[in-house]
Amino acid sequence: MSKYIVSVIQNIGHRVIESIWRLGVGSRFFLLVLLKSGTSLRRFNLVIRELYFTGVLSLIIIVVSGLFVGMVLGLQGYETLQKYGSESAVGTLVALSLVRELGPVVAALLFASRAGSAITAEIGLMKATEQLAAMGLMAVDPVARVVAPRFWAGVISMPLLAAIFSVMGVLGGYLVTVVFIGVDQGTYWSQMQSAVDFRFDILNGFIKSCFFGVAIAAIAVFEGYDAPPTAEGVSGATTRTVVTSSLAILGLDFILTAFMFRGVS
Amino acid sequence: MSSENLIEINDLNFSYNTRAILKGVHMTMPRGKVISIMGGSGSGKTTLLRLISGEIRPSAGYVKFSGDVVHELSRDKLFKLRRKMGMLFQFGALFTDLSVFDNVAFQMREHTDLPESMIRDLVLMKLDAVGLRGAHHLMPNELSGGMARRVALARSIALDPSLIMYDEPFTGLDPISLSVIGNLIRRLTDTLGMTSIVVTHDVQKSLKIVDYVYFIADGVIAAEGTPKEVMESTAPFVHQFIHGEEDGPVPFHYSGQSYRQDLDLGDTRV
Amino acid sequence: MQRTTLDLWVGIFVIIGIAALMILSLKVGNLNLSGSTQSYVITGNFENIGGLKVRAPVKSAGVVVGRVTNIQFSTQTYDAIVTMDMDSRFLFPKDTFASILTSGLLGEQYIGLSAGGEGVMLKEGDKIMKTNSAMVLEELIGRFLFDKASE
Repeated sequence: MSKYIVSVIQNIGHRVIESIWRLGVGSRFFLLVLLKSGTSLRRFNLVIRELYFTGVLSLIIIVVSGLFVGMVLGLQGYETLQKYGSESAVGTLVALSLVRELGPVVAALLFASRAGSAITAEIGLMKATEQLAAMGLMAVDPVARVVAPRFWAGVISMPLLAAIFSVMGVLGGYLVTVVFIGVDQGTYWSQMQSAVDFRFDILNGFIKSCFFGVAIAAIAVFEGYDAPPTAEGVSGATTRTVVTSSLAILGLDFILTAFMFRGVS
Repeated sequence: MSSENLIEINDLNFSYNTRAILKGVHMTMPRGKVISIMGGSGSGKTTLLRLISGEIRPSAGYVKFSGDVVHELSRDKLFKLRRKMGMLFQFGALFTDLSVFDNVAFQMREHTDLPESMIRDLVLMKLDAVGLRGAHHLMPNELSGGMARRVALARSIALDPSLIMYDEPFTGLDPISLSVIGNLIRRLTDTLGMTSIVVTHDVQKSLKIVDYVYFIADGVIAAEGTPKEVMESTAPFVHQFIHGEEDGPVPFHYSGQSYRQDLDLGDTRV
Repeated sequence: MQRTTLDLWVGIFVIIGIAALMILSLKVGNLNLSGSTQSYVITGNFENIGGLKVRAPVKSAGVVVGRVTNIQFSTQTYDAIVTMDMDSRFLFPKDTFASILTSGLLGEQYIGLSAGGEGVMLKEGDKIMKTNSAMVLEELIGRFLFDKASE
């Protein structure tokens, strides 16, 4: 029995040490990517190419999800607010929830599973098929040539996608509450505008999405580059990217929210 | 060093953790020759290639590439040196996100400032040399295994290297593709004046095209010689390897405790 | 994919993204690019601010003329000091009356200004002398019951 307890504790200790060690390796790799970003910024074409895969190909899912999330928010918000006779505040509810939280967070979660996993799988597969080694032997640094452009494309795409998500959400809310239910459209916009502040809500939401972009892109490229060069290795790394970045997004969101909105309102 | 030797390997040792993989290897590779390194799976052939390209550092001894000791070079110098080396990976390792044309143009675009029109001419020349000029617009996933290997070959000669290393170039090819690759290795070596190192265990094919053969077993050079000498060799290891016999100096059984012990029959030996 | 098509798509993506940011800032966030810097700060002491919050609007005749930027408690006078950022297009006389009002029965609270008649205008750093506290529902009900009882 005591043997069993010891082995459980050992197991916990092993996992903790392992994850801290991995965090260290990941951070070092992150710094390495930043240091070697010179090439991708000088040859911006490399980043543009990756922007297509991370940004443009994520557009559809972001637009559709944003629209539906906004529509649901409008419907639920209207149902609840109606009970208190303040259905005119539905615009405020939709806009504030989207701009402050749902826009950056949901867009980031979608982005992690759409683009983050693709980045990991691609880099992992390039490693497994010796493409990265071949590049190294051609005297081209794979971190500078393959990893850094994908990282920066992720960092640039994320805030733009989050903004698109929020706008689509506001439009979705408008569609449901104004067009279908019949809330006055002037009220919808004016209530929204008087409650949403540029500095506190929109800028903070934007900053959040930038943080999420860096986190997702860094996790995705690290997991890909670190993946064992086998089929199971790559699939495991892809799963880890989605899980780790989702957790990172939610954790970061809490920390950032605590910093940004403490003492306000 | 003498000018006709591109590579000199002296007393090269390498161990992975505590497991010794290479134990004192000596080799010389003259310019303009095709040299084959043969040996069973896991005998350290690929490790040798990685030592030559400077990917890993030897634990003792050195590799000299046209006079420079590879593992003593700075990172910048090593990268410069690697531009003189081409490498053909086992399955080609083409960049899957680039077209055939862009794969071959990759190094020219990364390392030179040549105008695009000149790159185009050079790429088509290299592709022509491997007979795939017409396939320049295809993506790697549209190629057969043999074609991918040829494109990879065109890519590795893109900057006219003085050395090309082939890591198991014949694996998984049909007999026709195999002949094509084999003849290409010979022809490119002769016409471009390069040195080629072919790591392989395809004995019959490689003996037809190479100038000199090294056999590696257990981290040392077990035998060496020209193809003719090797074919006529009576050394038991070489004989076993060339004729593909199951048991011999290279045992069929991995060493371990006796079979009877493993099956728990009790040790009946006296 | 052709380089030019790819560039085109990425261009479209970036333009849509930036347009979304602009829409958020201007349409949703109501960022006023022209007059956002032109403002002056005034303060007012209130006995009870009720549920007034930072960023609540300051209105006069129902038009938003400024915003509450800070609320502090004064240990000298034991009341609340409310700082307001006023749009400099709108100037108010020195004897303007400020009261805390509620939009609707349970809506958000805001500061309502009713202009006085004096010729001297409020300027940066001035203090509104005439203020009226928020109506607290409990007090109202209490007073109503008290009045009923005394009838």
